[in-house]
Amino acid sequence: MTKLPKWPVLEQLIGPDRLGRGKSVKSEHSEHLHARVSDADRVVKSVCPYCAVGCGQNVFVKDEKVVHIEGDPDSPVSRGRLCPKGSASLQLTTGEARRYEVLYRRPHASDFEVLDLDRAMDMVAERVIKTRRETWQWEQEGKRMRRTLGIASLGGATLDNEENYLMKKLYTAIGAIQIENQARI
Amino acid sequence: MAECHPVGFQWVMEAKARGATVIHVDPRYTRTSAVADLHVPLRAGTDIAFLGGIINYVIEHERYFRDYVIAYTNGPTLISEEFKDTEDLDGVFSGLDAEQRKYDFHSWEYQTGTVQAASGHREMEAEKAARHQERHRAEAAKSKTAHGESHGSGGAAVPGNADRDESMQDPRCVFQVLKRHFSRYTPEVVEQICGVPKELFLTVCETLSDNSGRDRTSAFCYAVGWTQHSVGVQYIRTAAILQLLLGNIGRPGGGILALRGHASIQGSTDIPTLFNLLPGYLPMPHAGVDVDLDTYVAGEETEKGFWGEMRSYMVSLLKAWWGDTATPENDFCYDYLPRISGSHSTYETVMAQLDGTCKGYFVVGENPAVGSANAKMQRLAMAKLDWLVVRDFSLIESATWWKDGPEIETGELETKDIATEVFFFPAAAHTEKNGSFTNTQRMLQWHHAAIEPPQHARSDLWFYYHLGRLIKAKLAGSSEAMDRPVQDLTWHYPTEGSIAEPSAEAVLAEINGYDADGTPLSSYEQLREDGSTACGCWIYTGCYRDGVNQAARRKPWREQSWVAPEWGWAWPANRRIIYNRASADPDGKPWSERKAYIWWDDDQARWIGHDVPDFDVHKSPWYRPPVGATAAEALSGVDPFVMQADGKAWLFAPTGLQDGPLPAHYEPQDSPFANLLYGQQRNPVRVVFSNRHNRLHPSPSEQGSSVFPYVLTTYRLTEHHTAGGMSRWQPYLAELQPEMFCEVHPELAKERELEHLGWATIVTARGVIEARVLVTERMAPITVQGRRIHQIGLPYHWGPNGYSRGDAANELAAIVLDPNVHIQEVKAFTGDIRPGRRPRGPASVALVEEYQRRAGITRSTGTEVRGGR
Repeated sequence: MTKLPKWPVLEQLIGPDRLGRGKSVKSEHSEHLHARVSDADRVVKSVCPYCAVGCGQNVFVKDEKVVHIEGDPDSPVSRGRLCPKGSASLQLTTGEARRYEVLYRRPHASDFEVLDLDRAMDMVAERVIKTRRETWQWEQEGKRMRRTLGIASLGGATLDNEENYLMKKLYTAIGAIQIENQARI
Repeated sequence: MAECHPVGFQWVMEAKARGATVIHVDPRYTRTSAVADLHVPLRAGTDIAFLGGIINYVIEHERYFRDYVIAYTNGPTLISEEFKDTEDLDGVFSGLDAEQRKYDFHSWEYQTGTVQAASGHREMEAEKAARHQERHRAEAAKSKTAHGESHGSGGAAVPGNADRDESMQDPRCVFQVLKRHFSRYTPEVVEQICGVPKELFLTVCETLSDNSGRDRTSAFCYAVGWTQHSVGVQYIRTAAILQLLLGNIGRPGGGILALRGHASIQGSTDIPTLFNLLPGYLPMPHAGVDVDLDTYVAGEETEKGFWGEMRSYMVSLLKAWWGDTATPENDFCYDYLPRISGSHSTYETVMAQLDGTCKGYFVVGENPAVGSANAKMQRLAMAKLDWLVVRDFSLIESATWWKDGPEIETGELETKDIATEVFFFPAAAHTEKNGSFTNTQRMLQWHHAAIEPPQHARSDLWFYYHLGRLIKAKLAGSSEAMDRPVQDLTWHYPTEGSIAEPSAEAVLAEINGYDADGTPLSSYEQLREDGSTACGCWIYTGCYRDGVNQAARRKPWREQSWVAPEWGWAWPANRRIIYNRASADPDGKPWSERKAYIWWDDDQARWIGHDVPDFDVHKSPWYRPPVGATAAEALSGVDPFVMQADGKAWLFAPTGLQDGPLPAHYEPQDSPFANLLYGQQRNPVRVVFSNRHNRLHPSPSEQGSSVFPYVLTTYRLTEHHTAGGMSRWQPYLAELQPEMFCEVHPELAKERELEHLGWATIVTARGVIEARVLVTERMAPITVQGRRIHQIGLPYHWGPNGYSRGDAANELAAIVLDPNVHIQEVKAFTGDIRPGRRPRGPASVALVEEYQRRAGITRSTGTEVRGGR
């Protein structure tokens, strides 16, 4: 006797799952589906990078790639929930719009060119030193200043505390004072 | 809150499920209004009048929490006879210097000395008084430098011996001054300013009063709807006064909760990337005033309270930065610090870029080209730079304005003429780096790196560590004195992995602080002024207690108390509610069993409870300081506000604010209405910039004001984030909110022939944008002073790049700033709306100029100090 094809309607009619809520409505394809979190290599504890509520996130990693991000049910802040932005953070971190190369626009040029990271770092360091030298103020109106008004910075509210700390420390040591972030905006 | 902090809003819904009443006060109807018990729409920019009206109600109907007010606030404190209120001076306070556009705060002081100092201590009191005067001169010099922010973790200095009248009957006591000041904020006035019907307003007053006192507490939540005004700080002050009168501060279920919009915006204030602050709210030294460590400390520390130990915090910071080079002999390298000499805020920096002073600019996870007020000026300023570094995930507008910004289209700039070098560095995501965010509740939470950042993407920690390393290496051989602070800077962080990522945990350990042996500190009380301790941010001491990363603690909420003290770490000292001594009565007993939080335990002779007491745990409620005590020792057992110089919460701020010791309602810079309360139209000391790209609208009495008849207000949507850098490039989010739109009421749509889903052009004296029209009753018209006024809603997430595009609302906003914190007024201004798309090319500039002409706008329009009605 040839085996009948696995046809959901038939299975539902003749099988035990009359309401079509279980086995009867599974196809061979759907039977083999499983959550992409279930075979992750590891789950890393994280925090949502958007607003300041600070919802807990679980970051799932497989083959050294982030494959899924979901709310951390352990968090007393969020109890596993994420909003539309937090739920989209997989796209934020792995989406196609992210850039991975350093770009450089020469003065007066009409477009960017790709630049090597080490070379770019060296160029920025040179510019900081040069601008600092050219704009250095020991005094102004007889008052000691020990600073440069030639270099400014904006940003920090989406960064880590440790990042802000190194920024403020370095900027202060080079004498730059126009250091600001979203907290004032 | 349901829109912008949806997951946080689950707790409001939990409260509602347990019987709480939710009141939503907002010009627009949102997801929050939809589930609130009461939605109270009001005219944008009138919250001081609204809250001031509630204050008046609470005082007049004696609904305030009298025992709390007398014991814990400065309500009984007497104010100097020289003080003159807005009642006396038609809308300004005593001390206004119209020429300098600032207040001298001398007359706002506490009265001291009528209560005679104890015998034998008069000399000391005289010395204190002299010191206090010296301090006033220093404060005055710093008045335009957002100096008030240095009180972010505590209050400004006042003498610790002010006179008090415990019966609060003396006409010069704070309570009576407050009562007179707000007496004109009647329900009728509230209705005529805010457009809130009297019955609705009284319902709010009664509900709030009924839900406050011994047995009940109410909380206020706000976001930038309160901060982005020319009187933003005073908005929050008004709420603070109200909450103190109702006894809702330092108690569970109470408070004023700032719902901040960025993952670590609290952290970036605590460990500030801000011009006027060093870590832990230590002020940046001011030129000519803070000439050495002694004068710096003398100018800032307080006689009473924990700011009395300021020298220890500062010396420990200098030790963290300059290590062995910092010695008592060289003032711990204090002189290595650069000095500020005025405001150097992001908006003054834009002016400095335009005039060529500022030549290099780092933009790090920020998008000023569309995200800051007067977006055009932001871009024009960047076009003057020698070099610009942008660090972000994608090519945001701040990275590409030189080739495709609006000014290229209008012809105001040409790419080939722009000499700015632009570097774009790809940033690492939060999943690719270790580090801590400080959330809006002051709680540090660690996020662990899941993977290394791909290709050339790097963390900002990596970028700044290696930039510093390179600069140090290049300057190592220099003999220039200006290079010494760089050469001597401690910069030894271990690196990890294939990309030499600096250890974020090592940086956190430095922030936490360590003693002479390198052992991590556990409390800021361990910090010393002799140089034996080093600490990067004193308020964070304890976050690496016992060498354990406390921010990384993740005990599930089900396994601990409802306060959840073992999840993350909150500054200071892991306290979840600050000033929680106020949750108990003066005798140390909970105000009520229902609201018990911490209390004095006689048997153990210490404070115990659900949280870490924000008080010396062994200081009994009956402790009274000995004569001559200073700093923390000078706080009595009934002084809960331990960071305040007098241990009391301030209904009246005798110092620390630039625009008055009490809030007063002023109209926004651009407003269709004259100030109904005073002859003073606008905040007299607001910060204005006269620039041809930053023109202001005429006052309501001036002829041209009708050219801009509508109120504009900006806001966020659930599906986008700030200026869009983290949301307009995500396909899910772009699909949910695909383009810029404006919200208008059907009546306005009819009045201006605007079609639902069609286009509208919106114009101010600064710029013109187009937006899709959403005709909706969510933006209810307001009837005020016999006029029906329409408000137009503008989400501000957009710019021309990314998947979801549109014009930036910030093209329309002027740079007009609150004088305390230099935040721009973008929550309430005016404009015009017309159907159709905006003109392209030079015609769009011409349209703005035509509006300026029609309104008769000149460089001085709207810039007055006094009057202006």
